[in-house]
Amino acid sequence: MNIVFVGHVDHGKSTVVGRLLAETGSLPDGKLEQIQARCERESQPFEYAYLIDALKEEQAQSITIDAARVFFHSNKRHYIIIDAPGHIEFIKNMVTGASRAEAAVLVIDAKEGVQENSRRHGYLLWMLGIRQIVVLINKMDLVDFDEGVFNNVVADYQQFLDELGIKPMFYIPVSGMQGANIAVHNEDTAWYQAETLLDALDSFQKASPPVDLPFRMPVQDIYKFTQYGDSRRIVAGSVSSGKLAIGDRVIFYPSGKVSTVNSFEAYAAEQPGEVISGSATGFTLTKQIYIQRGEIASKVDEPPPYVSKRLRVSLVWLGQKPMVPQKQYHLKLGTAKIRCTIEHIDKIIDASDYSSTEKDRIEHHDVAQCVLLLHAPIACDLSESLADTSRFVIVDDYEIRGGGIVLEALPDEGSQIREAVFLRERKWIDSAVSMYQRSERYNQRSCLIIVTGTEESRRKEVAHQLEKSLFQSGKFVYFLGIGSVIYGVDADLKLFTATDDPQEHMRRLAEIAHIFIDAGLILIVTAREIDQADLNLIRSSIGNERVEVVWNGSRVTTDINPDFQIDDDDDLNTSVTSIKGLLMEHGVIFAP
Amino acid sequence: MTGNHMDHLQELENISVYIFREAYANFKNLGMLWSMGKDSTVLLWLARKAFYGHVPFPLIHIDTHFKIPEMIEYRDRIVREWKINMVVGSNEQALESKQTFPDGAIDRISCCQLLKTEALRGVLTGDGVRYRFNHALGEYQREENPEPFTGVIVGARADEEGSRSKERYFSPRDRQNEWHIAEQPPEFWNQYKTDFATGTNVRIHPLLDWTEINIWEYIEREKIPTVSLYYNQGEGTRYRSLGCYPCTFPVKSEARNVREIIEELKTGRFSKIAEREGRAQDKEDGGGLESLRREGYM
Repeated sequence: MNIVFVGHVDHGKSTVVGRLLAETGSLPDGKLEQIQARCERESQPFEYAYLIDALKEEQAQSITIDAARVFFHSNKRHYIIIDAPGHIEFIKNMVTGASRAEAAVLVIDAKEGVQENSRRHGYLLWMLGIRQIVVLINKMDLVDFDEGVFNNVVADYQQFLDELGIKPMFYIPVSGMQGANIAVHNEDTAWYQAETLLDALDSFQKASPPVDLPFRMPVQDIYKFTQYGDSRRIVAGSVSSGKLAIGDRVIFYPSGKVSTVNSFEAYAAEQPGEVISGSATGFTLTKQIYIQRGEIASKVDEPPPYVSKRLRVSLVWLGQKPMVPQKQYHLKLGTAKIRCTIEHIDKIIDASDYSSTEKDRIEHHDVAQCVLLLHAPIACDLSESLADTSRFVIVDDYEIRGGGIVLEALPDEGSQIREAVFLRERKWIDSAVSMYQRSERYNQRSCLIIVTGTEESRRKEVAHQLEKSLFQSGKFVYFLGIGSVIYGVDADLKLFTATDDPQEHMRRLAEIAHIFIDAGLILIVTAREIDQADLNLIRSSIGNERVEVVWNGSRVTTDINPDFQIDDDDDLNTSVTSIKGLLMEHGVIFAP
Repeated sequence: MTGNHMDHLQELENISVYIFREAYANFKNLGMLWSMGKDSTVLLWLARKAFYGHVPFPLIHIDTHFKIPEMIEYRDRIVREWKINMVVGSNEQALESKQTFPDGAIDRISCCQLLKTEALRGVLTGDGVRYRFNHALGEYQREENPEPFTGVIVGARADEEGSRSKERYFSPRDRQNEWHIAEQPPEFWNQYKTDFATGTNVRIHPLLDWTEINIWEYIEREKIPTVSLYYNQGEGTRYRSLGCYPCTFPVKSEARNVREIIEELKTGRFSKIAEREGRAQDKEDGGGLESLRREGYM
């Protein structure tokens, strides 16, 4: 079991841990003597803390600077103790330690009482999801083992925890220096006969894997090691909750793609028929679908994760420079990594006194509640229901500078369309010949090519020429004129009135494209000055990887970043040849 | 008890596999150090677990030319059998000018610095000479225009000695390959440092939470082939930790197989003796390998 020790600087965490190791006989021969000898050589009084603070640098500063891992065992079980530091500058190490812990020991100095970091660490333990907490009132020897002092500190701290809704399982009066109530009771605290620290640790429950919750597996990769003669296509990842069996229908978010588990793969082990949370696994699918790292696999018959571009979150910021609304960051959640900005800061929680303030930036060590706006939709869960897939970090300039939990997935402009697409994917009736079989037969990867540009640009000429050229090279291609859609499929829409619904028009076009793509064809359409909102809509319907955007003209007049740009002054054939070059590069068509 | 123990091994394997896959997804120029010792051989086995029998990145061995000969024989046998993409590098300059401890020129620590740390730095940056095993020809060939490695998987365990317990799963090294212990990034949950500036590299530690006993129990469970030096061949001695022959000494032990090693570690005379007690250089470095590691030692 992983246990983390947290608390304010100099409240005696390392001493408590050192004492615990010594009293449980957990030190290798020679280790204790080695440190003792070094202390003697350097004319320093020996302290148990030196066992933990094994580095010269730390001894110089006399504070633990990192989440050192220490192995130890009681009669009941094995422990990894993470001796997290309390110095204010080192909160990121405490987070590192606490992130892996199943239980926490929070140490408060009886003499100094509750300090800023006693509260901050308590808050972070809550955010990190640790619910098994023991609070040690340490250095009881400095207050003559006085029961009144103990009770006052306990009352003070519990008042703070009540606001978070946390109830520690134990408050224990201890002395790390003298060994009181660490492994055995002490006559100086005869008034305390409840659990020692060791009893308390042994009473913690090993967190049971969340097998009864909905299945979630962030996709780490799609493996196809054809270079080693292995043709299996394996969806790899670690199950964060629930379980999955052969024959289960899986749905991947945010794409909404659906397939069925064909087999679980394993090396030098039996292939399982079912996997549960915690398993690092990989499976093959009966129907090949295009999915990518970053998606979350779930089961069709279980509650789905949320998909949104707008998330209300609680986060802690560890960067020296503040997190500000104008700046772009990266959010990493599960295996997804997406650009984001702050849309709105709801409140900053000052962990030192737990009051709320309104600020326009999130400073070093602030804990904030805010709304993040993502560049693309992400799949996630809410912290109250599925902890693992609600946890994220913020990356700024190559470094993890913050982390937090998703409290709420807010609606965005694409929510409605996505819901329709997810339902379509679940209800889709496969044709007897798969898209991949067609792809092989037609020797092409089906997609939608959008030829766009300003009103004056020669979109239609380019589209027609491209269609002819692809057809002549044996491709299965079709040009669909927008007018044909407007007066056909869209005939029921009031196109030229105030109730004109461009989004519905675009949605229908995307659905038509989706059918063409499933049929294995390359579809070419033209559109005047297509913008990012249109593209997002089309992509959420048919997938990012199936859309190629060609802009006609030397200047892009909308907010899109086209795959390709051609000059209107160029010879038509030259333009078409260069578009074909791009299609080859993107694997739509292949070199002859 | 045995049942629980197997579960713990499975948990460790799951976490390690997850780390391997994160490394492979995020680092284009990924490599893995393989010293042929038990830890990095378990690492190699875990890579094959993660990637379904394949090792889709090169293994790197820093050859000091003072390694125990059985280690090199074992290396090349596994390389052939498992079709490993093997890269070997050395500090050729120091070896040619005999700037080594066995040649009597320098002390043990300086020797480690030159033949291991410096050689590793050269191999990782691509400044040093690299030899790659050519499976078609069955021999090592000098590599032209080596690219720098941006991610390096290493078999360090937190329980080995003080400084290793301070590592992250993903620990950055700067342009000089140096480690800034006080400035390490945070690791929230299972999110690691997978973004890095040009010229820096990241050390990846899938075995950080494994203990020496876990390693042997896993070798037993998985029947992983290991070098014979770890076992008593009838002379009442074996190596507990492998390294260069001038500085690594066998320990007295009757253990002839993996099971007997595990018994010995749990109940025998080794249950309370540090694993690296047979490694002479540790004793000369008061910081517990720390000064070596700061400069890039494994």
